Amino acid sequence: MDLALFYFLVLGFAIFMYVLLDGFDLGIGILYPWFNQEGERDHLMRSISHVWDGNETWLVFGGVVLFAAFPAAYAGIALTFYLPIMLMLFALIFRGVAFEYRFKSDTSRPYWDVAFSAGSAIAAFCQGMLLGAIVQGVPVGVESISSLHWLTPFSIFTGFSVMAGYALLAACYLFMKSRGRIQEHAAKLGKQLLMITVFAMIIVSVWTVANQVDIRQRWFSGLNFLWLSPLPIITLVVAVLAWRDLNRHSADIVRHEGRPFWYAATLFLLGFAGLVVGLFPYLIPRQLTFMEAASPDSSLLFLLPGICIFVPLICAYTLWGYRVFAGKVEDYQEGY
Amino acid sequence: MDLDVAILSRIQFAFTVSFHIIFPSITIGLATLIAIWEGLWLKTHNPYYLQLAKFWIKPFAITFGMGVVSGIVLSYEFGTNFSKFSEMTGAVLGPLMAYEVLTAFFMEAGFLGVMLFGWQRVGRKLHYFSTLVVMLGTWVSSFWIIVANSWMQTPTGHKIVDGKFEVESWMAVIFNPSMPYRLTHMVVASFITATFVVAGICAYYLLKKKHIPFAKKGLSMCMWFALVLTPLQAWIGDLHGLNVKEHQPTKLAAMEGIWPAQEENVPLLLFAMPNMKTESNDYELGIPNLGSLILTHSWDGAVQGLKAVPPEDRPNVPLVFWSFRVMVGIGFGMMGIAALALLLRRKGRLYENKAFLSLVTLFTPMGVIAVLAGWYVVEIGRQPWIVYNLVRTSEIVSPLPAERVLFTLTMFVIIYTLLIGVYLYFMGKLIKKGPPSMEALEQQLIGMKAPGYALAWVKTLQSKESHLHNQPTIVQGDK
Repeated sequence: MDLALFYFLVLGFAIFMYVLLDGFDLGIGILYPWFNQEGERDHLMRSISHVWDGNETWLVFGGVVLFAAFPAAYAGIALTFYLPIMLMLFALIFRGVAFEYRFKSDTSRPYWDVAFSAGSAIAAFCQGMLLGAIVQGVPVGVESISSLHWLTPFSIFTGFSVMAGYALLAACYLFMKSRGRIQEHAAKLGKQLLMITVFAMIIVSVWTVANQVDIRQRWFSGLNFLWLSPLPIITLVVAVLAWRDLNRHSADIVRHEGRPFWYAATLFLLGFAGLVVGLFPYLIPRQLTFMEAASPDSSLLFLLPGICIFVPLICAYTLWGYRVFAGKVEDYQEGY
Repeated sequence: MDLDVAILSRIQFAFTVSFHIIFPSITIGLATLIAIWEGLWLKTHNPYYLQLAKFWIKPFAITFGMGVVSGIVLSYEFGTNFSKFSEMTGAVLGPLMAYEVLTAFFMEAGFLGVMLFGWQRVGRKLHYFSTLVVMLGTWVSSFWIIVANSWMQTPTGHKIVDGKFEVESWMAVIFNPSMPYRLTHMVVASFITATFVVAGICAYYLLKKKHIPFAKKGLSMCMWFALVLTPLQAWIGDLHGLNVKEHQPTKLAAMEGIWPAQEENVPLLLFAMPNMKTESNDYELGIPNLGSLILTHSWDGAVQGLKAVPPEDRPNVPLVFWSFRVMVGIGFGMMGIAALALLLRRKGRLYENKAFLSLVTLFTPMGVIAVLAGWYVVEIGRQPWIVYNLVRTSEIVSPLPAERVLFTLTMFVIIYTLLIGVYLYFMGKLIKKGPPSMEALEQQLIGMKAPGYALAWVKTLQSKESHLHNQPTIVQGDK
């Protein structure tokens, strides 16, 4: 297989893993304002305090894969989106330290709650905005640097859409990890967020297709739509299934508490696939393909064994880590 | 506006990277100490080792968290503020950093959850394994990042094609001439930093007459470590210096304040104000010929000075000169403390001598300061080059609008000042709270996987009532 294509797939995998994993723990922060009864916020924090660090590492991994394999794309994107990236980093700093300090605080706890919640929300919004700006085809590079092309109605809309999507993942995660009132509340929020997310996906799709000639042609020229039609259809089916599981009352015989999370993850996967279909082979739409941006073979070959050995290993021990903490979140102080 | 974006970007990077290095320089050593204590506890069942591990794991966790959040910033700052640099060197530095993430960051993050929160969820051996993996992760991480940095100091194994670096030999890139020295110097520096942090807090407890057995154990161990590590570090530092003399003579000349293009009979300067305008030192005070002896290991060995290169190729001499002296001064201070500790130990007064304990307490942050000063020598000493003798720093700064960088720099200063305050506040809080009591440790050991434990626990309590003065025996009791 072509080396550059392989790294394009690795990059896609890293981004998807990041969005899925940090998605649900950023989402917990976004949902924070809706959980404010005694102990609820402790519970929310505790459900992710052992995994957030690993989840965020996928962001670093995505960054360094881009840096190592496609330096020109890394340089162009980082330069052009200076402010949203910096804003995202500031937000991630606040939410990251809140994990450690919140549990050790007495009087300053409300501040850490705000740092965690606002930090998560802003980070998610910035990521959505970056996504929207890239899809939209913002001119990248030194010439356009002094303007704020990335700030458009579309990118603001994708910013909010990603927030809703992350919150959906988080609600489904809580549905799986909690009991009683928190679980009921998560199901209720999950249903609303499911509606919002699917609605946002439709709007973003229509908006993109309406504005981007290339993407429209890829989807609708010849028989393409026929081949690609499973994507939107399966998306809707999965959304309906997720709704059904969230909607069941506890009186039902079998309650599939884990399933909505996987449905939500599938929604993300399908949305991501739709995106890749539209953009391939561009890293920066209509400006830079992955072939043009690729590092020399000497670098790509050197990193190859690292990727092939360590990525499966990482997946294995990450899974093990999740299994160690499997089951419901307990309400006593665990650990150190 | 008259702001220079190059200066602003460089200040921002210097500020954020300086802030970041504080935390790993503590955690690399502290992870190692925690692993040593946990291992000793498993081997000897001495509960004080468990107490040490359990206490220090909390400062470790918040320090690690600070390192993570400030580190993520750096991995994006190469691109945002030095986009040309990342485009030029991406093929060399990118894979090295990707290996760091693959072989270290994920491993640390993956096992940290179990190390911090998994005491009741996994068996002791598996927990200890997780601690070891986290420790190994901190080491591996320093390996890759030092490789990347050392390549920028002493680049080898590359060729330049169309203005971009390509790798000809990865072996030559990784094992570049200065890497082994810089790596050992940094890792040992981190061990020493953590050793003095722990020693300082233990000495503080002894001064306050709190948690005495715990503090004695900690201080005693750390002083033994310091006795071995500080002379070792001086020796490594000397070798590293010789390596700098060979590969980066201008940096060495700045460290020692040597101006003539070629100087024999180099004095060792104790004090001087290097003056870049007059190209000489003001207020010089030195020991004749000692510089030659140290640098060339011969009485009148010749050393290349700053005037051997044109002024635009020289770093900021006073900064390098003084940073170097701060680092070396602290190093000798630590060596002195270790020697003093040995003396007091032989007299049996290690835990009582108030002056000594105050001195050790004062030295709590000195390791961090020495590490920072050392990195200033390395990084400022490399200037005006970003890749030594090949790429100038001034050529690779992103052409951003200056106000934008000024805005983010201001934000970083505000946020990081706030964070360091919060960090010190919570460290203070943890120290004030002290180590977990033996009873608390006992309770935490009620494992989910030890159903017979409650019974064993009651028995221990009964036996404790009969010998109240005894040390707790629980810690081996829940098999």
